[in-house]
Amino acid sequence: MTEHDTSRTTGTFTVKRGLADMLRGGVIMDVVNAEQARIAEDAGAVAVMALERVPSDIRRDGGVARMSDPALIEEIQAAVSVPVMAKARIGHFAEAQILQALGVDYIDESEVLTPADEANHIDKWAFEIPFVCGATNLGEALRRIAEGACLIRSKGEAGTGNVVEAVRHLRSINASIREIRQADANELFTIAKNHQAPIGLIQEIAETGKLPVPLFCAGGISTPADAALVLQLGAEAVFVGSGIFKSSNPQLFARAIVEATTHYEDAAVVAKVSRGLGAAMAGLETATLESRYAERGW
Amino acid sequence: MGLSPVGILALQGDVREHRAVMESLGHHVVSVKTPGDLEAVSAMVLPGGESTAISLLLKSSGLLSPLRQRIADGMPTFGTCAGLVLLARSILDGRADQVQLDGIDAVVRRNGFGRQRFSFETRAEGAGPLQGMSLPAVFIRAPLIESVGDDVEILATIDRDGEDTAVLIRQGSVLAGSFHPELTSDRRCHEVFSTMVEQGTVHTTL
Repeated sequence: MTEHDTSRTTGTFTVKRGLADMLRGGVIMDVVNAEQARIAEDAGAVAVMALERVPSDIRRDGGVARMSDPALIEEIQAAVSVPVMAKARIGHFAEAQILQALGVDYIDESEVLTPADEANHIDKWAFEIPFVCGATNLGEALRRIAEGACLIRSKGEAGTGNVVEAVRHLRSINASIREIRQADANELFTIAKNHQAPIGLIQEIAETGKLPVPLFCAGGISTPADAALVLQLGAEAVFVGSGIFKSSNPQLFARAIVEATTHYEDAAVVAKVSRGLGAAMAGLETATLESRYAERGW
Repeated sequence: MGLSPVGILALQGDVREHRAVMESLGHHVVSVKTPGDLEAVSAMVLPGGESTAISLLLKSSGLLSPLRQRIADGMPTFGTCAGLVLLARSILDGRADQVQLDGIDAVVRRNGFGRQRFSFETRAEGAGPLQGMSLPAVFIRAPLIESVGDDVEILATIDRDGEDTAVLIRQGSVLAGSFHPELTSDRRCHEVFSTMVEQGTVHTTL
């Protein structure tokens, strides 16, 4: 359906950021076909990420990982009523233009795909569709926000089933925010320099005490307990990639992670939904990885 | 006299923004995730979010039936966006398993304005208690109010293809909107609800 009315303004920061606000407290699930998308929606996903291979398969296969086939994205859009996100390579603004033309609801400029530009991320202000970007620390998050990202996710290490990197990145971002809250006005300039971040955004954090956009968590979440952990560490929602459809029972895992994300402060509920789930996805020790996706982007 | 506690359904969505507005209007605000939480409040806000996810969580948390009962009993309730979808008597383009709280006599089409690229900001024109006011209105993958019953008051409209379309409606103790007043600094929609909460409280304590 198209709507044309001159009294309306589309693509504003409020509208783009607003969709991220609506996803808070929810679970965004990676799906590779319409059937998985329906399973995700049935389990209570607030959005799905349409892609050809989940990160653990991209990791296994190697080679160059690119934007998904538009036909696959359209198939998934047709299958569900929740928002559909899709990934573009870092710096690949032409892929992002295609995703915008397809009408995806959010674009993930993602380190899980092979970067297309080693120096520049996409100018996200040029798009009406909102962007989510990964970050390992506060400086990286603020550089992405300066480029127009409306949602930040801690990167973690996608496709590993290991939450350790997600925890490191969340703790790092939140520790830096605490440092800024305690700094006086004179110190903010040096903090901005140290983080290689715009002073205006550092001053905004000093005033509000939080990131200018929502902070979600991604990369390695594979159990309800993982979700409860990162929510308690300050993440406002979770992306689950390989953790659901590489588990022994995707329906059960998806449902359980949704419940744990809502009731993350109630260990009795998390215990209840964790019971008898079967095997979580096989995990990888991050120290032995050949390729660290979190190091892509800057 | 202090104002009665207002609950915010905190299963998923933009809970924090509603909390901030209601607190700024002097209300004590409580997050509601369980039937026990619900018992402690005298009014409810249903925030924006994904109505499919909130539907599932309403069922699994055991909140669905007591919440529906409280609304039927006249508890002041304010829903925005997904909250409107949950409150509406009839949903178009919804899922078969979507829950309905049966709070307001309206026919609502989910995502009736289209996908995110058609999300927009505009001004809504107030009516009734908001007569003469121009309200900033943010629509995000918003539901469309297609029709309302005779007992439903229209409190704000926008122009849609040359026709007035209702975007804020009220029936008895239920207020519902297809846009997000909580995402702007304009508190007037919440002030209307705040008045309903105070009157509802007076009514039950008489």
